[in-house]
Amino acid sequence: MGVEVRVVGLTKSFGRQPVWSNVTLTLPAGEISVLLGPSGTGKSVFLKTLVGLLKPDRGQIWIDGKNLPKLNERALYKTRRLFGVLFQDGALFGSMNIYDNVAFPLREHTRRTEAEIRRVVTEKLDMVGLVGAERKLPGEISGGMRKRAGLARALVLDPEIILFDEPDSGLDPVRTAYLNQLIIDLNQQTGATFLIVTHDINTARTVPDNIGLIYHGQLAMFGPREMLLSSTEPVVRQFLNAQRVGPIGMAEEKDADELKAEADAGVSLPPLPPIPLQLQPSDGRPRAAERPAGQWCAENGVTPPEGSFREEVPV
Amino acid sequence: MKGGKALAETGDFFAFCLDTILGLAKRPWQVREFIQQAWFISSVSILPAALVSIPFGAVIALQLGSLVRQLGAQSFTGAASVLAVVREAGPIVTALIIAGAGGSAICADLGSRKIREELDAMQVLGIDPVRRLVTPRVVAAMIVAVLLNGLVSVVGVAGGYFFNVVLQGGTPGAYLASFQALGQLPDLLVGEVKALLFGMVAALVAAYKGMTAKGGPKGVGDAVNQTVVITFMLLFAMNFVITAIYFQVVPQKGS
Repeated sequence: MGVEVRVVGLTKSFGRQPVWSNVTLTLPAGEISVLLGPSGTGKSVFLKTLVGLLKPDRGQIWIDGKNLPKLNERALYKTRRLFGVLFQDGALFGSMNIYDNVAFPLREHTRRTEAEIRRVVTEKLDMVGLVGAERKLPGEISGGMRKRAGLARALVLDPEIILFDEPDSGLDPVRTAYLNQLIIDLNQQTGATFLIVTHDINTARTVPDNIGLIYHGQLAMFGPREMLLSSTEPVVRQFLNAQRVGPIGMAEEKDADELKAEADAGVSLPPLPPIPLQLQPSDGRPRAAERPAGQWCAENGVTPPEGSFREEVPV
Repeated sequence: MKGGKALAETGDFFAFCLDTILGLAKRPWQVREFIQQAWFISSVSILPAALVSIPFGAVIALQLGSLVRQLGAQSFTGAASVLAVVREAGPIVTALIIAGAGGSAICADLGSRKIREELDAMQVLGIDPVRRLVTPRVVAAMIVAVLLNGLVSVVGVAGGYFFNVVLQGGTPGAYLASFQALGQLPDLLVGEVKALLFGMVAALVAAYKGMTAKGGPKGVGDAVNQTVVITFMLLFAMNFVITAIYFQVVPQKGS
């Protein structure tokens, strides 16, 4: 039922160019976390480091009592089976059809009969709504279908931790909404730990239980959703509300002169928009890690913005 | 700094080769992948190899034909043709085709998988791409190269026969009878050993270059280009070294 992932002081650089340093966070077991950040801040690199595809310069990743960067190759491959990863474009094997793609991990890792494999594959394809497309090659289907097929393949070994690399990139808003609903439902059904890397604000506001923000090579903030959505910290506030006013500029961070000019001109951040309700599973039962809306704000004496936690909040 | 980088890459390549060889020790063997790859490499290399070896045999026959006739040594045309084709043309043609057709195909295949994150996905699914993809390809390339060398030798000698006997009016009996005059069995064996090593080196370089491709589709193109250039250079150098050693180790007929 989900595994906790504890990251301590993680630092990564390519050559002399640092990507991010000293990232410390804990993905609580069974909860959905979202990692946000402007483009090019190394979110995907973080994901790849988390599954051991890239070695961090420093720091620890504790999963199931094991420190991932220190594992030898055999133990690493074993631990990786806890993970399911949805890559940006699905990363399907181009030479195999959808069915064989989803069946691939089962055929490689288990000694199940073809009949059993067929049952599991059909079940997973049904979950992502791809029954009927089994015989298609990845090149013949749309980007959204590739993503869903990649998700079915990631789910087939019943992973405890599922990572999503920009599930909403290149999808239209309707497909994104469907995919987000699917993520919530999967989380409720499997109880696995989810981490979604994205820069889609709408996803970040409604899907997760926790939000993290990477900015300027640092983890600016990580915590419960309500904490970040009610935060007045400039970077967090600017990014989560998609505003131009704030420390993040077009190129990189704004320099001191620009910020001063902004302050002198009397430009101030607009008021925080209301916090929307979390997306609910489609079967009407509560989320895997359901907490009453507004609980965090109440416990920490934070007044949520006017109009928060109401149905039909405009985003 | 740049020299250090080249050295590091060479080190990486040798580590990669070691991983590939160790992949053979681990069960289960990827028999299916091996057969598919052997079939694939054969399909891209058989026809060009045959087509290239015919003119090779013919050129040798043409070059030698008139010269030998002037010297009155027509009975040795067959011997010269066999010697040239089996010892040199065979391995060279095999090297060209294995590097140019087989290696570039392997590199393009693995390179596009790399940039589409297929290899990452495979690793995350707990499968080692070196063991699953590279080892079967290397073994397949080695075996196909050996068979290809046989094919090239046969087609080359047949081409020589055709040009000598049919076009230049040579004597069929003399051509066939002199096969054993200069050539010997170890010539064929060393040709096959060369082909085996060529197949191995070409596939290893191609797989390494493919799996380290980066920078999108252009990166794959660059990797294929480098693969072909590097393997050509390596294979011709190896060909020279092996031939030199062979002449030292195995006594030659008529010397």
